[in-house]
Amino acid sequence: MNAVQTAIPVKELLREFLAEASGIPDINDDTELFSTGIVNSLFAIQLMMYIEKTFNIPIAMDDLDFDNFSSINAIANFVESKQL
Amino acid sequence: MEYNRIAIIGAGNIGTSVASTLLLYDIKTLLVDTSEQQLENSGKEIAKTIKFARLLNNKLPKISVDAAMKNVRFTTQITEVRDCDFVIENVPEEWNIKEKVYQQLDEVCHPETVFGINTSCTSITRAGSVIKRPEKVVGVHFMNPVYLMDTVEVIKGEHTSEQTLARLHSLLDKIKKTSVVVNDFPGFVSNRISHLFMNEAAFVVQDQVASPKQVDAIFRECFGHKMGPLETADLIGLDTVMKSIDTLYENYKDSKFRCCPLIKKKVYAGQLGRKTGKGFYDYFNV
Repeated sequence: MNAVQTAIPVKELLREFLAEASGIPDINDDTELFSTGIVNSLFAIQLMMYIEKTFNIPIAMDDLDFDNFSSINAIANFVESKQL
Repeated sequence: MEYNRIAIIGAGNIGTSVASTLLLYDIKTLLVDTSEQQLENSGKEIAKTIKFARLLNNKLPKISVDAAMKNVRFTTQITEVRDCDFVIENVPEEWNIKEKVYQQLDEVCHPETVFGINTSCTSITRAGSVIKRPEKVVGVHFMNPVYLMDTVEVIKGEHTSEQTLARLHSLLDKIKKTSVVVNDFPGFVSNRISHLFMNEAAFVVQDQVASPKQVDAIFRECFGHKMGPLETADLIGLDTVMKSIDTLYENYKDSKFRCCPLIKKKVYAGQLGRKTGKGFYDYFNV
């Protein structure tokens, strides 16, 4: 499976999860999740848990950078880099 | 000032958040609760917080989950606090429970132990009245999530000594918190005001003036608050909010503190907010 094929379901799952959690149905893949308040400080830890569990990747302390989780695209890229 | 071990009494939301914060700063902690299940849940929550907290506050020390968890002990036996120099009590805001806990602590703890009451409403002076060393009791009102909030409301009881305040401030310095020190009167500053907001916001929803989302949007988007009153109530737990409002009412006998029936109804339905997955909002638990 190449990187593009991997990224598609990742984004779909993230869209679904974030829509259900935030109540906002159409979150654009480039939308800033933190600055727009879609992900707040209380929900952020749940999002980290979801990413680890769903995509079976460990999130290390050095990965805890907003840039890795700032949008659906950013998270998909992060997941993809961890799955390589 | 070095501390042997800090005891946290009560492993609910705020007790867990205080424990997580102490552990992030490499401070040995003893977490006490009457429920094994609560302690187990608390342990899971602490591990999650230690692991991911730096995403939200990159000024926090780097500490691994394993290293932090080695510094915490969990127990249902309050007698284990005997070696602790500092106790932070977070049991439910019910006087009968608190009174019993303070009587037990007074029996068990050594004379120099400081008792910090992490309370939103309980009188610090009243807690001091049931033990033999009221000068060692001080109010320390942490806000949730503790590891993200820089400032703590500190409350001086009638007999709180300067030495006790100094020892509390020494501990707060270690976990990088500043404080605002106020006097003891029901609800102090924060909850006497904030719970009026939450209660009236619930009345606005009950009266069908606006939805919870609309109420909170007005506070966030018009007033620039980080959270609206109903989101905050859900975070605190509606049972805790109800008890705090009832305590304010009992103390002031002022009808402005009568608890909104909608809050009571949600509490009776088990819809306590984030911790049960439903309150004024629905929450999605992973």
